[in-house]
Amino acid sequence: MHFFEELEIGARREVGSFTFTAELIKKFAAQFDPQVFHLDEEAGRKSLFGGLAASGWHVGSVCMKLLVADGQRQIDEAAARGEEIAIWGPSPGFRELRWIRPVLAGDTISFASVIESKRLSDKRPEWGIVQARNSGSNQRGEPVFSLLATAFVPRRNAG
Amino acid sequence: MAVLTFEDFKPGHFGTFGPRHVTREEILAFAAEFDPQPMHLDEAAAKASMLGGLAGSGWHLCSILMRMMFDGFIGHTASMGSPGVNELRWLAPLRPGDDLTLDIEVEEARVSKSRPETGIVTFKGVVRNAAGVALCEMVSPIIVRRRADAAA
Repeated sequence: MHFFEELEIGARREVGSFTFTAELIKKFAAQFDPQVFHLDEEAGRKSLFGGLAASGWHVGSVCMKLLVADGQRQIDEAAARGEEIAIWGPSPGFRELRWIRPVLAGDTISFASVIESKRLSDKRPEWGIVQARNSGSNQRGEPVFSLLATAFVPRRNAG
Repeated sequence: MAVLTFEDFKPGHFGTFGPRHVTREEILAFAAEFDPQPMHLDEAAAKASMLGGLAGSGWHLCSILMRMMFDGFIGHTASMGSPGVNELRWLAPLRPGDDLTLDIEVEEARVSKSRPETGIVTFKGVVRNAAGVALCEMVSPIIVRRRADAAA
C-alpha cells in the first residue's frame, strides 16, 4: 500500500473481478437483505431488476473484499522489495454510492479505484485523508456500482 | 401484516428498531469473508490501530443496518429497491457484544416523475449502541410503490 505522499490524483488501479453466483447472492441476502428479489429467481424476474439480483450491500462488501486483497498484494510486494509498509487506517465513510444497474446471478463485476482528492488531516498530523472513486462494471462493460470513499492513509516519516 | 406503501411515509420520525445483538463470532466471520484487515480480525493489531480494539467492518455494520431496516419495516413495505446512498458516516467502532438500535427518520417523500406509480422516500438511519453512542449514520432513498388507488 502506498503512503499518502505517493498517491497521485487520477491514479487508477484495477482491483479484481468477482462472479456473483445465484448461490452467493442468496446466501448474503438470507443473512442481511432478505427482500424477495434477492432470494428468488421468479420474484427477481418480476421486479424492477429483471432477474435474481445481488443486494447492493453484497456488491459493496465484495468491492471492499477485492480492495483489501489488492492492498494485501501491494503490501506483500513492498515487503518483498524490503520497503517500508504503509498500513491504511479506517474509513470515516463514503458519499454518492450509486447502484447503477442490477448485478444479476452469473454477472462478473470488475472493480477499479481512482484517487480523487487528498489532504492532510487537521486533527491527526501523522495521517492524510484520501478520497477514491471505487466503481464496478459488468462483463459487458456497463457500470453497475460507484461510490466516493474516504480513508485515512499514513504519511511517510510521520511522527 | 398490512403492506406499507408510499403514503405511509411522512417526513419526521418513523420508528426505532432493534435491539440487535452482535457477537464476536459474526464480526470475525464477516471480516474473514469481506474485509480481512487486521483491525477487524486480530485483537492485538486492532488495539494498535486507530480503532483501539477489535471492531467490526463498516460494511458489516451497513449490512446489519439493512437487516434491521428489513425486520423493522422494509420486509412489509412495497419496496422496489434503492438507487444508492447519498451519504454514510462511520462514527464510532462496532464492538463485539454490542446491542444495536436503529432510529429511522423520513427526510423526504416525493412521487417519482419517471414512474408515477412509485414514490421516492429518503430515509436517515442512525445506528446506536446500548450506551446511546451513534456508530453509523446513513441517508438513502428507497423506491416505494404508491397505493393502487393513488392518482396516476
